[in-house]
Amino acid sequence: MTEIQIVSSDLLEEVLSSAMKSGGSFAEIFVEDRRSTSAVLDDGLVEELNNGRDRGAGIRVVSGETTGFAHTADLSASGLHKAAEAASSAARSNSEAVVEVDLSNESTPNISEIEIFPKEVSKSRKVALLKSADESVRDAGLPVTQVAARYGDSHRVLQIANSEGLLTGDRQIRSSFSVSCVAAGDAGMQTGRESVGRTVGFELFEDTNVDEVALKAATRAVTKLDSVPAPSGEMPVVVGPGGGGVLFHEACGHGLEADLIEKSASVFAGKQGEMVAAPNVTLIDDGTMVGEWGRFAIDDEGNPAHQNVLIEDGVLTDYMWDWQRARKHGRLSSGNGRRQSYRHLPMVRMTNTFLAAGDGNPQEIIEDTEYGIYVAQLGGGQVNTATGDFVFGMTEAYLIENGKLAAPIRDGNLIGNGPQVLLDIDAIAGDFAMGSPGTCGKDGQGVPVGDGTPTLRVKRLTVGGTAT
Amino acid sequence: MSAELIEIAELVTSWSDSDEQVEAVVTSDRETEVRAYEGEIESLTVAESQGIGVRVIKDGRQGFAYAGTLEENELLEVLSEARDNASFASPDEFSGLAEPDGVESVSLDVYSDGVDSLATSEKIDYALELEKLTLATDKRISGIESSEYTDVVSESAIATSTGIRSSSKESGCCLMVYALAEEKGETQTGFGFSIGRNPDELDVVKAASDASDRATRMLGSTKPKSERLTVVLDPWVSAQFLQIVGSTLSAEMVLKGRSLFADRLGETVASPIISLVDDPTNPQAFTATETDGEGLATRRNVLIENGELKMFLHNVWTARKAASTSTGSAIRSYASTPGVGIQAISLKPGGRDPVDLIAGIDNGILVQSVTGLHSGVNPISGDFSTGAEGLRISNGELSEPLREFTIGSTIQKMLKDVSEVGSDLEWLPMSSAGSTVVINELTVSGA
Repeated sequence: MTEIQIVSSDLLEEVLSSAMKSGGSFAEIFVEDRRSTSAVLDDGLVEELNNGRDRGAGIRVVSGETTGFAHTADLSASGLHKAAEAASSAARSNSEAVVEVDLSNESTPNISEIEIFPKEVSKSRKVALLKSADESVRDAGLPVTQVAARYGDSHRVLQIANSEGLLTGDRQIRSSFSVSCVAAGDAGMQTGRESVGRTVGFELFEDTNVDEVALKAATRAVTKLDSVPAPSGEMPVVVGPGGGGVLFHEACGHGLEADLIEKSASVFAGKQGEMVAAPNVTLIDDGTMVGEWGRFAIDDEGNPAHQNVLIEDGVLTDYMWDWQRARKHGRLSSGNGRRQSYRHLPMVRMTNTFLAAGDGNPQEIIEDTEYGIYVAQLGGGQVNTATGDFVFGMTEAYLIENGKLAAPIRDGNLIGNGPQVLLDIDAIAGDFAMGSPGTCGKDGQGVPVGDGTPTLRVKRLTVGGTAT
Repeated sequence: MSAELIEIAELVTSWSDSDEQVEAVVTSDRETEVRAYEGEIESLTVAESQGIGVRVIKDGRQGFAYAGTLEENELLEVLSEARDNASFASPDEFSGLAEPDGVESVSLDVYSDGVDSLATSEKIDYALELEKLTLATDKRISGIESSEYTDVVSESAIATSTGIRSSSKESGCCLMVYALAEEKGETQTGFGFSIGRNPDELDVVKAASDASDRATRMLGSTKPKSERLTVVLDPWVSAQFLQIVGSTLSAEMVLKGRSLFADRLGETVASPIISLVDDPTNPQAFTATETDGEGLATRRNVLIENGELKMFLHNVWTARKAASTSTGSAIRSYASTPGVGIQAISLKPGGRDPVDLIAGIDNGILVQSVTGLHSGVNPISGDFSTGAEGLRISNGELSEPLREFTIGSTIQKMLKDVSEVGSDLEWLPMSSAGSTVVINELTVSGA
């Protein structure tokens, strides 16, 4: 695993031993070297290429219920020792201890195979993708007035060691491409966006045609030029395939994170084994899904990614766990300990969260809906896990009238209560699809997450439009 | 340290060739974060971080690179990456770095040594005390989700081969608590905070009681029915809306055809009682700054006066493209090229206090928190709808709590529907201040 050695294992052993000197019960060093590239085209010009490098280590020392944390960009022996000392004095245990940390047993995770490393692809090829996307929209004869396209790749190498003898690492490569368009008509401007992102190398662009991505974004904006104000009030909401992941992420995903459960800051605390959703609902969080945006070999605490069934046939089966919460409950981490960078402490986070396919027919679900809305693309969302109230945005949606898709509607939020919405899911189709790559924010930290759903219907949600 | 940062920035710009422009932005932060939970320290973070961003412009082409370190061997690499990147960008005749424009920067007192001199043990005590006080405010407070003290000392410097030199140092500290209130099996949450440049400005009691009030007042809340009615935004909410309005007034949005206010200069775009000013030279703003992200002096910019749109905000690039001058409104981090944006925006206060404003409303809703601003607001089309919580206003008095509803309108319509701005004005931990604002008509979507 030379590819993921940033700091020698001898030095890691030394630093961990010194971090444990003040009597902590656990010490961990998380070393990260991340290189990222982005290229932006806007208003017809390649505005900039941006290359970044962030490299450093975060060291935490746990003593009792207290975690001391320090980070440094200095990966020399003296830099790491200084950070270890800062973390261990922050954990401020009073006892002295001699702990020998042995890292001779390195574990080998299932690192994603990469066909084409982005760093080996010329910048001009990356820029060419942007130009092609831009031209394909401008040549299409659509009333599109503005195109912005963004290419991004990141190469993240991790090395994680702890006082329990864990020594492991991972190499995570992600590639993404997105296009945003503005269309103008008599009633003002409208926007459309489409993005793709996978935990793969430049081979992403062998399977993905960026011109199609761009035209999808453009079509979305143009379609909305004829949009009507969204309705206001409670009604049935049908969410298209791949579109509903954000709904579950907010309606119950966050509420199933063990750190929030432990602090009774979730409506799902104490509900394990209970029926919390309609019987057709099976919800899974799976960090092992090859290529997906929230995929990794190990989480940011060195535990292998897992497939975790959170809700099975409507019954809450388990929460998601990181090292700290799992230790307290005498169980193993579920591979959900993640952090934005070496500058952050890990916490419980989702990976790829998806609703398993049902046996309904998507067309019939729409036909069976007298009046409501159909959401083809969701924007972001937000939840208050303690009350369960959550919102999510719609960026491509239509009215359903007499069982048929009707006029497109303008952007807005929907609001609902998680526990209620889970019970109100009355149809799930078999047309499962993964959604767009997302960045999940929690406590100021952003991590890449994936999601997916088949077509589904919630029999009652509040649509926050302005038409009455 | 500032002297050292400017030396690093100057060192990098000294490497520029005669046919290129080079800009270096160098930053260094020291931070402490203490989290308390159930009377113990849950976590204590002490950290220092540095970063450098280098921009190169050659033949009108711009390239950029950054690194999260200031090690000397990396500086050269960042510069050479930025140079290489420039060769792939499109030529743009308006590209160019800032040049000294003769505007003197105001002198702001935004650093206080209190953050540096306060012992870690006292920082810990702040977090523990905050948790304890919040729990004691009301017997319905059932737990504390998080209670934290954070502080940061940030230094930054900018130098360019075109003659810009600027450096700054600022301090800030913050108390933040999230409380859980419980009654009859129902849980509600509320937050409270206090911010300052110096720890002795922190008000633990206020943070605790605000969190408690916010959480307990929502107990027993119900969902309102859908209707159009008068909505009052409290300062916390109006400050967030001002940020969105401010984003539409960037010249970058205008020049790239993304502003709903393009071509509206000199026209009435808001109610005549609205005057909107972006003034990062105001020391009361926690985001006050002497220089902008390109090293130019910040200045007071009047965006809307008595409802009339007066100007857009510019950085150097938008100013050149629009044949105008920079308004000192470049915003950025070391890891990004400069954008354009508000830095400290506020509404001109009106003559009546919030109690008086509410007393004049027969039927309305006071909105005290909003969610989903990032997902439900489209600043290009102007459509918005956000999740909301608040209190019913009946016959001039605040009454029952309401939740799980949205408020919606368009940015264009809402600005015209503002009927009152309160006499209150509160600077918040964001680049805006809030005031109590009455909006004649918004659509409430609920049951």
